[in-house]
Amino acid sequence: MSKEWPLWEIFIRGQHGMSHRHVGSLHAPDAETAILNARDVYTRRREGVSIWVVKSADITASSPSEKGPLFEPSESKAYRHPTFFDIPDEVGAM
Amino acid sequence: MYAQMVKSTGEAVKSREEMTPEERRFQDRIDAGEKIEPKDWMPEGYRKTLIRQIAQHAHSEVVGQLPEGNWITRAPTLERKAILLAKVQDEAGHGLYLYCAAETLGVSRDELTERLLDGSMKYSSIFNYPTLTWADIGAVGWLVDGAAIMNQVPLQRTSFGPYSRAMIRICKEESFHQRQGYDIMLKMARGTEAQRRMAQDALNRFWYPALMMFGPSDKDSVHSAQSMAWKIKINTNDELRQKFVDQTVPQAEYLGLTIPDPDLKFNEETGHYDFTQPDWEEFFQVVSGNGPCNAERLEARRRAWEDGAWVREGLLAHAEKRAARSAAE
Ligand SMILES: [Fe+2]
Ligand SMILES: [Fe+2]
Repeated sequence: MSKEWPLWEIFIRGQHGMSHRHVGSLHAPDAETAILNARDVYTRRREGVSIWVVKSADITASSPSEKGPLFEPSESKAYRHPTFFDIPDEVGAM
Repeated sequence: MYAQMVKSTGEAVKSREEMTPEERRFQDRIDAGEKIEPKDWMPEGYRKTLIRQIAQHAHSEVVGQLPEGNWITRAPTLERKAILLAKVQDEAGHGLYLYCAAETLGVSRDELTERLLDGSMKYSSIFNYPTLTWADIGAVGWLVDGAAIMNQVPLQRTSFGPYSRAMIRICKEESFHQRQGYDIMLKMARGTEAQRRMAQDALNRFWYPALMMFGPSDKDSVHSAQSMAWKIKINTNDELRQKFVDQTVPQAEYLGLTIPDPDLKFNEETGHYDFTQPDWEEFFQVVSGNGPCNAERLEARRRAWEDGAWVREGLLAHAEKRAARSAAE
C-alpha cells in the first residue's frame, strides 16, 4: 500500500488588483506540481492570473466551538461603524 | 442521477421531540438556510450519507469520461476533437472538485478510489452504455449532460458548504457540455439521410437510459425523505424526470427527431408531458453490474489505477528526496 500524495489548498487571484481566494484543493507530490495541477483543475477558462498553493496540513483553523469567545468582542462595538454617529444633514457629505 | 439511490440512515426522519439538542440545533441551521462546514458538528448519518452521495457523484464524473473518450481520436474534425477533449477534461475537473469536497468529511482519496474499484461504491448507470457512433457523442452531451444539469442546478443550494461550492463551479461549466452535444445533433439531423438516421438511432438508444439517470420513483423512500430534510437532496426523482422530459421534447422536435415513446403526449390538464417509464428491471440489472459495459468501465479504471502506481510512487519519492536535500542545506 503506497502513501497518498499530500493535499494542497489552492488560492487563485482572479484578476489583477484582487486578493487570492480559496477555490478548493488537490493532491500533488510537491508544490511545483500542485501549481501545474491547479492550473489544469481550477483555471481552464482564464479564471486566474496567479496561483498560491499551501499544504493543507500547514493550515491552522479556528475551531467552530470557539466561535463565540473569538468573535463576540467585536459584536458590542457598534461605534466602529460610521452609521453609529448621527451627523446633521446640514453638515453635508461625510 | 449521477448519484442514484443513495442510501441515507434508512430510518424515518426524526421528529423534533426525538432529536437530541445538538441534532435540533443542526436541523435549525439547515432550515434557516445556513451552510454546514466541515469542522461543524453534524450527525454521523449526515456525514455518511454525504460521503456516499458525493463520492458516487465524483466516480460518475470520472467514469463518465470513458464513453466520450472513446471518440476523441475519431472525432470527425480537428475542431470537434478539440471541443470533445475540452469537455472530457472538464469532467475530470468535476470529479476532482467533488473528491476534494468528500475528503473534507474525513475520507481519503485513495479509499474512495479503492471503493470504486472493489464495487462497494457505485457510479451512474448511464455510463455503462456504449457510444457506438459519433451521433452518440451528440446524444450524450444533449441528454446525459442535460439530465445532469437538471439535478445539479438545485444542488447548488445543498446544505453542505464544500458540496454546494463544487456544484456551483460544475454548473458554470455544464452548459457548454449540453450545447456542444446539441450542436452535434443539429449537424447530424440536418445532414445526409445516413447522418439523420444515426442521430435518430442515438436518440433511440439513449432516451430511456437518460430517464433512468434520475433513479426509480422515490416518493415513498425513507432514504430520500431524510436526505431532503437535510437538504442534500432537493427534488424527488419524479419531479426532475418530468422536468427533463418537458424540456427535452421540444428540443427533439426542433431537431426533427422522434422520441422513441409512442405514448408520449402533452397533457393539457397537467401542463406536462405524459411519458412511458423506462424499464426498471433493466436499470436494476445495470446497477448491479450486468449492463453492457460495466466490466469494461471498471477494468479501464483499474488499469489506470494500477498502471499509474509507479508514477505516483516515483514522484512522491522524488519530492521527498528533494525536500530532504533542501532541509540539509
Ligand atoms: Fe460533469
Ligand atoms: Fe458535463
